[in-house]
Amino acid sequence: MPATVLAAVLLLLSVYGYFTGRRRAVALAGGEPRRLHSVPGYHGVFVALWCALPALVLMVLWLAVAPWLIDGLVLRTLPEGLADGGEAQVRLLMTDIRNLASGDIASRRPDPKLLDAAAHYSNLQGLSRWALFAVGTALAALGLAGARTRVTPRFRARNRVEAIVGGLLVLCSTLAIVTTFGIVLSLLFESLRFFAKVPFSEFLFGLKWSPQMALRADQVGSSGSFGAVPLFAGTVLVSLIAMAVAVPVGLLSAIYLSDYAPRRIRAAVKPALEVLAGIPTVVYGFFAILTVAPVFRDIGAFLGLNVSANSALAAGVVMGIMIVPFISSLSDDVINAVPQSLRDGSAALGATTAETVRQVVLPAALPGIVGAVLLAASRAIGETMIVVMAAGLAANLTANPFEAVTTVTVQIATLLVGDQEFDSAKTLSAFALGLVLFAATLCLNVIALRVVQRYRERYD
Amino acid sequence: MTVNLAYMPKPETAPIDATAEPGATTAKTTGANKMETRDVAVSYGGKPALHRISLDIVANQVLALIGPSGCGKSTFLRCLNRMNDPIEGCRVTGDITLDGQDIYDRRLDVVQLRARVGMVFQNPNPFPKSIYDNVAYGPRIHGFASGKDELDAIVRKSLEDAGLWKEVKDRLGEPGTGLSGGQQQRLCIARAIAVNPEVILMDEPCSALDPIATAHIEELIDELRADYTIVIVTHNMQQAARVSQMTAFFHLGDLVEHDRTEVIFTNPTDERTQGYITGRYG
Amino acid sequence: MTDLAPSMGGSVHRTARAEVRLRRRYAAERRLKWYGIAAVVIALAMLLALLGSIGAKGYGAFLQTYVELEVLLDAEVIDPAGTRARQALSAADYQVLASRALYVRFPDVTQRRARRELRAIVSPGAGFALRRMVLDDPTLIGGTVTLSAPVGDDIDQLAKGAIDRSAEQGRRVSDQQIGWFDALTAAGLIETRFNAGFFATADSRQPELAGIWGATVGSLYTLVVTALLAFPIGVAAAIYLEEFAAKTRLTDVIEVNINNLAAVPSIIFGLLGLMVFIQFFGLPRSAPLVGGMVLALMTLPTIIIAGRAALKAVPPSIREAALGMGASPLQVVTHHVLPLAMPGILTGAIIGMARALGETAPLLMIGMVAFVTAVPDGITDPGTVLPVQIYLWSDSPERGFIAKASAATLVLLAFLILMNGLAVWLRKKFERRW
Repeated sequence: MPATVLAAVLLLLSVYGYFTGRRRAVALAGGEPRRLHSVPGYHGVFVALWCALPALVLMVLWLAVAPWLIDGLVLRTLPEGLADGGEAQVRLLMTDIRNLASGDIASRRPDPKLLDAAAHYSNLQGLSRWALFAVGTALAALGLAGARTRVTPRFRARNRVEAIVGGLLVLCSTLAIVTTFGIVLSLLFESLRFFAKVPFSEFLFGLKWSPQMALRADQVGSSGSFGAVPLFAGTVLVSLIAMAVAVPVGLLSAIYLSDYAPRRIRAAVKPALEVLAGIPTVVYGFFAILTVAPVFRDIGAFLGLNVSANSALAAGVVMGIMIVPFISSLSDDVINAVPQSLRDGSAALGATTAETVRQVVLPAALPGIVGAVLLAASRAIGETMIVVMAAGLAANLTANPFEAVTTVTVQIATLLVGDQEFDSAKTLSAFALGLVLFAATLCLNVIALRVVQRYRERYD
Repeated sequence: MTVNLAYMPKPETAPIDATAEPGATTAKTTGANKMETRDVAVSYGGKPALHRISLDIVANQVLALIGPSGCGKSTFLRCLNRMNDPIEGCRVTGDITLDGQDIYDRRLDVVQLRARVGMVFQNPNPFPKSIYDNVAYGPRIHGFASGKDELDAIVRKSLEDAGLWKEVKDRLGEPGTGLSGGQQQRLCIARAIAVNPEVILMDEPCSALDPIATAHIEELIDELRADYTIVIVTHNMQQAARVSQMTAFFHLGDLVEHDRTEVIFTNPTDERTQGYITGRYG
Repeated sequence: MTDLAPSMGGSVHRTARAEVRLRRRYAAERRLKWYGIAAVVIALAMLLALLGSIGAKGYGAFLQTYVELEVLLDAEVIDPAGTRARQALSAADYQVLASRALYVRFPDVTQRRARRELRAIVSPGAGFALRRMVLDDPTLIGGTVTLSAPVGDDIDQLAKGAIDRSAEQGRRVSDQQIGWFDALTAAGLIETRFNAGFFATADSRQPELAGIWGATVGSLYTLVVTALLAFPIGVAAAIYLEEFAAKTRLTDVIEVNINNLAAVPSIIFGLLGLMVFIQFFGLPRSAPLVGGMVLALMTLPTIIIAGRAALKAVPPSIREAALGMGASPLQVVTHHVLPLAMPGILTGAIIGMARALGETAPLLMIGMVAFVTAVPDGITDPGTVLPVQIYLWSDSPERGFIAKASAATLVLLAFLILMNGLAVWLRKKFERRW
């Protein structure tokens, strides 16, 4: 694959650039390194950077733009009548051509015109790869040669290198912002397309969720119903159950560990709780269906209750266990941050430990604990695997924890797994749900981080 | 935590054998002894911090503990209301009595003890609650007040005794942490008084305060002597001379000298005391 | 204990009322303590239940039952044309040969239905094994070989005692099959031994043939991509934010952004990957490359936060010393601060990687749930990862797959323990108090 080869060539060229730049600097200084402004290594790095960076930028841009260009060129050469069925059909057509070109089976019997297009497509692709390789190598060589001529004893190579590296550092740190923008834009873009098909109010307030679309394309939007309230209700129900398990257990563990437990027990229990935090969510989900759900069903049967195989209760309880270490370690931090002097002050007045905890430590730590609980709630809402495996798909609008419910994350996952058509409201609805999920968790996180930050400032 | 578990009631009038502890002079005291310590030794994780201290604390007097840092005076102070208990690896031996009652007796209740022997700390540590709640905290947990009016009265009385009432009476609902350092410390004293203790321990109560606030607290200590027995740890020898009737000088975990304050400051027996009060070390 | 307390005449603290109150206060004290202990015990019990139930269900998958067959490699079946051409040999139906070996052993089974049940004793893996043997050595054709073939999943479960022999109703194995199995056992032809295939193959429709090697390799590729992207970028960002950035509006925004990004649900990153990498850039679906990129974006905030904490822990005196010797700010960082902070950064990075290794949801979005029976050869080949494999298997009705899922979970947890152990070791070894 030429991209990999190009990367290897770039690596070799820049290593060569480093040594040649270095050697040239030493040679120009007449073997007297003191005459150089910068030590020879910096001259080497300068040349190497100029060799690799422009070519790398080119490579990334090329890989991003080339597919679009190729698609456009192929479509333009398609014979009349094939590509005039609207945007959706053109997309489908392109997918077929691509599949044909890569040797996969297309969704219909290959049409000779399509086969021609596929051949054209592969040609263009090959051409693009080799052109990238040639242009990239040339650019690297050019950069190397150009940078090499700039190496003189008085050349401030160190400052140049540091400027470039500084720029790279800034670039890396803005990636977080780029990611956020990427998330917002991709969610927003697809959501808007969804809301063009399904009214916003129906999505937000509708009580019926059944995204199954009609089979024929001309029925788009006419049969599925996209009222997301059952999903929101299910998410809230499962999260509430999870928090009902996690908050008391996590908080009481934290209190016990920070104010009661002898050091030895604390040293043993804390890592054990952290193990709980390190277990992948898919394992929790597996545990939920494998062990917890059957146990709940048996208990329910014993008590004469009808607990469904995929119950909100099983998913919520297991999710609660997953969140316990989250709450306990965050609360442990904030409880420990309450100064010892306050505990001493309370003890010196003749308060018992429980009184000190309840009336001095917890009120002082409250903002931090609230922050921890909010962060945990955001975790619970966004958790996917446990609910996908244990909560089920039935969009029941119910507050009964023994019934199966579905959540926002479950629907996103099921709607987008498997083949997707990016025009159907069914697929697009996943992005609208994603947008709601993102907005909800973002709000919780922002509030929680604020609260925690304030709290830290108070005691730091 | 290990404490002296053996409960050995001894006659209150047991003669004090001054020759038993070389280097430790037993003071000639006047009033009734509120607390007595005999052979108190403390070690942290096996490292001795205090060697066999025997000392009497006279009722309604101020006892000042002075000495260079690390001499064990704060450790000693914290033994008097068992604030060393929660420190892991801390071992206290010897006998400490309050009104003739061994305070390290297993059957004695530490919560009750601390209600009787209150403590004020080096840095003011008001709870992050309102001024009112800070003072009312002790009476509430101990269940003193049967109603709101009674509690109000206790809070008012304590704040008045601590000389803080006038300054805060209009803002009792504001957080105690919003007061100035000196006011915070007086709030802590009011908080301690509100529990109705018999002895108040003060661990360098003025070290974090400015001179004016310090003067306030010193006056207060002198007034409080009428109702309470006070033990104060201080770095400041002028302060010890001003507020105390008795002074004990600690050095490297030993009680070097213990006598009436004017004797210690004018005519000390031990040359280490002499050296410390004249500022040659410390 | 309070009622025994020696009476202390006098003050408010020694009245009968205070004594009663004290007893109540101590009851509350004990209550809170017991609540705390109960909470800890519940949490730890759940941990044990989780590990225990998965361990109990999973250890069986490390074993596999094999049946020994005398197989006649009939030239008529393998190579009727007699050309010995590789293609012909490869396309032949070897499973028939394995089935025939069973017919020979039980000659009185002649009915079609009964024969179908008899055939089901041997896994299709027998055919694959025979093909391999023949392709390796075509001279075997016409002769008889002894083959130790895996049995079908249902029979395997029977051998492991997971199937109730008492009632045929609702059982996946018929009485007849049990009879044959017992006959084979009596003949000493049944053997249960370590299932090496589990660690050598990829997914399969047959539980007895499915293995985790494909998913493990997929996980490895994915993790390598994640590490190569997230580690350098994360460290660079941490260095910039901690060492160089002035406190401006922009850096504030970046900081808040990173903290929030660390708490965004992982599935959202999956949506991002689907839209940007697959829809927009046209990268291949199901590929470890895309999975690694998505996980890198997800892990990045963790690494940046850990990196900043580690850099912050290096005391300013070291920076001042180096600056005082005339080092440029970048030299201060690369020569002094970064090496000192490296153990801390690495610890954070490994913990982030461990989380990425266990992540499932975002990979579902980018199609790493495909049923892939080949071990991926590169980062652009379709593949899957261990957690997704667990998810896929746990969804299957066959008992064998549940055991496989449990076993894969055990393997995944072993990897995670290894990584976290490494992080703890690093922290212990290089921990430094300034």
